[in-house]
Amino acid sequence: MTDTTTGPDMGGDSRKADIMGYLKKHMREYGILIALVVIMAFFQIATGGILLKPVNLTNLILQNSYIVIMAIGMLLVIVAGHIDLSVGSVMGFVGAVAAVMIVNWGIPWPIAGILCLGVGALIGMAQGFWVAYYRIPSFIVTLAGMLVFKGLTLALLEGQSVGPFPPAFRLIASGFIADPFGVDGFNLLSLIIGVAVAGGLLFLSVRTRRQHEAAGVAGEPFSFFAVRSGLIFAALVWMTWLMADFRGLPNVFIVMALLIAIYSFLTSKTTIGRRIYAIGGNEKAASLSGINAQRLTFLTFANMGLLAGLAGIVFAARLNTATPKAGLGFELDVIAAVFIGGASMSGGVGTVVGAVVGAFIMGVMNNGMSILGIGIDWQQCIKGLVLLAAVIFDVMNKKKG
Amino acid sequence: MAHILEMRGITKEFPGVKALDQVSFEVEEGEIHALCGENGAGKSTLMKVLSGVYPHGSYTGDIVYDGKVQSFGSIRDSEEIGIIIIHQELALIPLLSIAENIFLGNERATRGVIDWHETNRRAGELLERVGLGREHPETLVDDLGLGKQQLVEIAKALSKNVRLLILDEPTSSLNEQDSEKLLELMLEFKAKGITSILISHKLNEVSKVADSITVLRDGAAVARIDCKGGVSEDQIIRDMVGRSLDDRYPPKTDHSLPEVAMKVTDWTVHHPLHADRKVVDRVSFEIRKGEVLGIAGLMGAGRTELAMSLFGQSWGRGISGTVEIDGRKVEMKNVRQAINAGLAYATEDRKGYGLVLDDTIRRNVPLAKLEKISNGIVVDSHREAEVAELYRKRLNIKSSSIEQETVNLSGGNQQKVVLSKWLFADPDVLILDEPTRGIDVGAKYEIYCVIRELAAAGKAVIVISSEMPELLGVTDRLYVMNEGRFVGEMPTAEASQERIMATIIKTAGDRT
Repeated sequence: MTDTTTGPDMGGDSRKADIMGYLKKHMREYGILIALVVIMAFFQIATGGILLKPVNLTNLILQNSYIVIMAIGMLLVIVAGHIDLSVGSVMGFVGAVAAVMIVNWGIPWPIAGILCLGVGALIGMAQGFWVAYYRIPSFIVTLAGMLVFKGLTLALLEGQSVGPFPPAFRLIASGFIADPFGVDGFNLLSLIIGVAVAGGLLFLSVRTRRQHEAAGVAGEPFSFFAVRSGLIFAALVWMTWLMADFRGLPNVFIVMALLIAIYSFLTSKTTIGRRIYAIGGNEKAASLSGINAQRLTFLTFANMGLLAGLAGIVFAARLNTATPKAGLGFELDVIAAVFIGGASMSGGVGTVVGAVVGAFIMGVMNNGMSILGIGIDWQQCIKGLVLLAAVIFDVMNKKKG
Repeated sequence: MAHILEMRGITKEFPGVKALDQVSFEVEEGEIHALCGENGAGKSTLMKVLSGVYPHGSYTGDIVYDGKVQSFGSIRDSEEIGIIIIHQELALIPLLSIAENIFLGNERATRGVIDWHETNRRAGELLERVGLGREHPETLVDDLGLGKQQLVEIAKALSKNVRLLILDEPTSSLNEQDSEKLLELMLEFKAKGITSILISHKLNEVSKVADSITVLRDGAAVARIDCKGGVSEDQIIRDMVGRSLDDRYPPKTDHSLPEVAMKVTDWTVHHPLHADRKVVDRVSFEIRKGEVLGIAGLMGAGRTELAMSLFGQSWGRGISGTVEIDGRKVEMKNVRQAINAGLAYATEDRKGYGLVLDDTIRRNVPLAKLEKISNGIVVDSHREAEVAELYRKRLNIKSSSIEQETVNLSGGNQQKVVLSKWLFADPDVLILDEPTRGIDVGAKYEIYCVIRELAAAGKAVIVISSEMPELLGVTDRLYVMNEGRFVGEMPTAEASQERIMATIIKTAGDRT
C-alpha cells in the first residue's frame, strides 16, 4: 500500500480509495485528535481569541496537569482491565501529607516530596495487592480506598487548610524554566526546547516510516503521513512560541511531557507494555502464554498510586495549601479522559496519547466554557454528553469495522 | 404404535460445513429412543433443530410432530407443545431455590405477583415425582450435587407438561449411582407414557434402556437399530465409526528417536472445587523425540485437565507426580517455568484461552516468548514484524496482513495463529488439544502437515483429540484415557476405532 501511493504514476481513483479506506480503518485514532482541534477552534472563535492567548494557554496547561498525570496512570489500569476510583482521594491525601510534613513538621521539601511519592506508591500497592492476588474486584477495592483516603485526609488536616508552602516547593507547579539568553519578554530556551522536541518527533516518525517501508510493512498513505507529521510539528512549535511569549514553558509542562514520552514508550515498545495489553485483552490467554498477570496488575496499581501522589504534590503546590476538599471528584474527570481517549471498558485497548488528548478535550471545554461565563451546572451537563458521545462513536465505529 | 415424531430429510448447513445431510429420524410414542454417534456427528445439531434453537427456515426438511408439520420459531414454540430439551450443561441458576428454578419464566403468578405458597407446593409435588421428595423446594440449587441438579432439570421439564423429553448426555457428569437412578426414572416415565430421546456416549446405558437406536455419522443417519431382540455394543460401535481413512492425512514416516523427550510418572490431579474428586488418576507415560503421541478418549475423560495441569499447573489442585524432560526432573509450578522447561500447550478453546482477539496477528504470535524479540525490556518491532510475517507465510494464515486483528480471522486461521505462537516459543514437547476442532478440511490438512514436520524436526508432539480418525491419521502411538486414567496403549499401526472404543467401553464404570 505504501509503495503504490508514493508512486507518481498512480491513478487518482485508487489512491483516493486507498486513503478513504485507511481513514475508515483508523477513524478511532484520528477522530479524537480531530475532535480536539475542532473543539479548540470553536472556543477560539467563541471566546474571541482568548483561548489561545499565551497567558490562557499557559493556564490551561497548569490547570490540567494533574488530570493529565493521573490519566496516564489510569490508562494503564483501564488497559489492564481494571478501574481506580480512589485517585482523587489519594491525590488529596498525598497533598495533605505533604503539607503536614513540610509546613507542620518542617521537613525539607525535597525529602518530603520523595516521601510523598512513596506514600502514593504504597497506597497503590495496598489496593493492587487485593485486586491482583485476591481477585477482589477493583471497583470495590478502590471505592473503599476512595472513602478511606477521603476520611484520612480530613483526619490528617483536622478539617483545616494547611499552608502556605515554602516558595521553592511552589515552583514545582507555578515555576517556569529559566532563560539563560535574557531576551526581553521572550523565553528563547523554551522555544528552542519546543522546536527541538518537535524536530525530534518528526525525525523519529520519518525514521520509523523508512524502516517500515524497508521491511515492506503497510503503513498509512504517504499524503496522510505528511499532513499528520507536518501538523503535529507546526502545532508543537506554535504552542511553544505562544508560551515562550508569556513566561516560557512551565516546569509542570516539562514533567508532563517527560511522563507522556516515557509512558508512550513503555506501552508501545516494551515487553511490560505488551503484556499489560495482553492481560487486559484476554487474561486467560495471557496467563497461558506465561505472563504473570497478577504481578503486572499489582504493578499497574502501584504505578497509579505513584502518579496520583505526584499529582497530589503538584496540586498542593499550585494551590499553595492543602485543603480537605482537594481532589474531590477528580477521579471522574480522569476516568472520563481515558475513555474519551478511546480506551475500552473491557480492557486491552487504549493509548497514552489518546488519554492525554482526552484530558485536554475536557480541559479545553472547562476553560472555554468558563471564559464564556457558562455556569458550572451546564458545564457538567455538556461534559457528560461529550463523554457519552465519544464512547458511542467508538462503539459504533467498532461495530462497523 | 404411532410415530409421535418424524423428522424428514433434515439438512442444516453452517458456513463451510454441512452439519446435517438429509437426516431422517423417527420416534414412536412412548418409547425411549437413543441417538448415538461420535463427537461432531451431528446429534446436538439435530436436537437443536428439533427444539427450535435453530428456527424454521434455517434448515431444510420437515418436522412432523403429532401428525402435523411444525415450524418452530424458538424454543418457546416447541416447549408449548411438550418438547423439552435438557442440555448437557445444566441451565439452572445456582443461587435461586429449587422452586424458583423450576418455575423460572413460567412463574405461578397473578398479574405479576408470585404466589409463593402455590409455587412451593407445586414444586414439592414435582420433586416427589422425580424422586427428590426429601429436598425442600426452597433449598438453593447450589447446595445440591450434580445428580440432584439433573433431576431438578427434569422436574422443571415435567412442570411444562412434557410429552417428548430430550436428554443430552444426562449422565456424563454423574457418578454410577446417580446415573442408575436417572435411568430408572426414564423407565418410570416410559411407563407413564412420556417419550424420551437419549443422547449418550455410554453404550451400556443405551443398550439398557433404549427401545430403538438411531446412529448418526458425519451428519447423516446411517443406521436404525431395533433393540427388541437385544443389541450388542459392538454393533453400535461399528455403525458409529464405520468409515475408512483416505488421504485426508499427510504420509507418515516414523521419525521417532530412541531418546525420551518427556516422562511423566504417577501424575494425579484433583478438581479445583471438589477437592475429593480425582480428575487425573496416577497417569504415567513417556514420549520420545520425533514422536507424535495421541491421547484418545471421550469428552470429560480428563485429557485437557491432564495437559493443563502438566503445563505449569494451570488447572486443578492437589497435583502430585513427577515430570522429566530430556532426562532431567523439572519443576513446573507456573506457566513461565513450563515454557522455559521446553513445554508448550495449545488450548482447545482458542478464543477463550488462546488468542488476544482484539490484537493483531503481529502481536499474538510472539506473546509467549517476547524475550526472543526484545532485549528484555524493549521490543524490537522490526523483528516482531519479521517473525509474524514468517509464520503468516509458513502456516499460510489467510489474512490481509500481519496487522489484521485475530477476531476477524476464520477458525482455521485463528488456530494457525495459536500454533504459530507456540512454534515461535520453540518447545521440545508440544501438546495440541483438539487442534482441528471446528475448522474446515483444508486447514485441517495443513495443520496435520505441521504436526508431521515438527516430528521430522525431532520435536515431541502430543495430540489430544476426540476425533478418532484424526488420531489414527497423524499419530505414531496412542494412549486411551477414560475417567481420569490411562486404560490402554497401542501403536497406531495396530489401532482401530473399534479397538479404541472397545477399550473405553470395557473400562467405563468399573471404578467405584
